[in-house]
Amino acid sequence: MTVSELANILALQSFCLPEPGREVTGGYVGDLLSWVMGRAKAGDAWLTIMSNQNVAAVALMTDAACVVLTEDVRPDEALLRRAQQQSINLLGTKRSSFDTAAALKDLLR
Amino acid sequence: MGDLKLTYQVDGGDLLQAGEASSQMKMALKKLDLPPEVIRKASICMYEGEINMVIHADGGHVEVTVGMDAITIRLVDQGPGIPDVDKAMEEGFTTAGDVARDLGFGAGMGLPNMKRYSDEMEIDTTVGVGTTVTMRIHIA
Ligand SMILES: Nc1ncnc2c1ncn2[C@@H]1O[C@H](COP(=O)(O)OP(=O)(O)OP(=O)(O)O)[C@@H](O)[C@H]1O
Ligand SMILES: [Mg+2]
Repeated sequence: MTVSELANILALQSFCLPEPGREVTGGYVGDLLSWVMGRAKAGDAWLTIMSNQNVAAVALMTDAACVVLTEDVRPDEALLRRAQQQSINLLGTKRSSFDTAAALKDLLR
Repeated sequence: MGDLKLTYQVDGGDLLQAGEASSQMKMALKKLDLPPEVIRKASICMYEGEINMVIHADGGHVEVTVGMDAITIRLVDQGPGIPDVDKAMEEGFTTAGDVARDLGFGAGMGLPNMKRYSDEMEIDTTVGVGTTVTMRIHIA
């Protein structure tokens, strides 16, 4: 499943989608950045409620397929700018982290 | 072919901007013919080290050397030093303040991540003088 397929199926809002064809191979939920750095895998869709620009850096370093801001969180302006600069797929949803993760898990089965 | 050397200054002031050096290093490594997993490991090590420099040591500089067998990342700061390295290496140990925590830092996982994603790591630190962290990531 590609990031753009994921976005379509879950009706995610796309804040920034420079690499729609990236393959999503897993998922990770977390807001403590070092925890995410240690545990997320390349190709994961990373679900978080953090919205500052360090999120783009963590997504870049870990090779995350995309970031999904859950719980109706919106990226701050600096995050949006960094995501654009660094070609990070940045999506959003009103759903909770729990519901989004559950839906993602179903799709990956 | 000689080793490729890259040098980055890391600003102490701005935690929001932090990660710039790591982002630039990652872009530079991507242009070389290196396995993605090696680049990923080096990037995580560098980013955690860069963030530590900004949060705990008011900045510093980083020297990255890409050789035939390994990427070596050397982070040098003139910060407060680490009084108890064993303690600092424990998962969950942190002295990060509220500003850093509000941004998602301060889980006490940075040094453990650096240890885990590097093949060799050495911390040379003196209280009141500064800290040098050297990591090597092998290119299999
Ligand atoms: N360069 C440094 N100079 C001085 N102290 C440091 C330095 N790097 C780490 N430390 C000390 O070691 C502790 C543990 O570092 P570590 O990176 O594991 O966690 P953290 O930075 O506190 O939180 P996290 O990395 O999870 O965001 C820090 O809280 C700090 O006290
Ligand atoms: Mg740290």
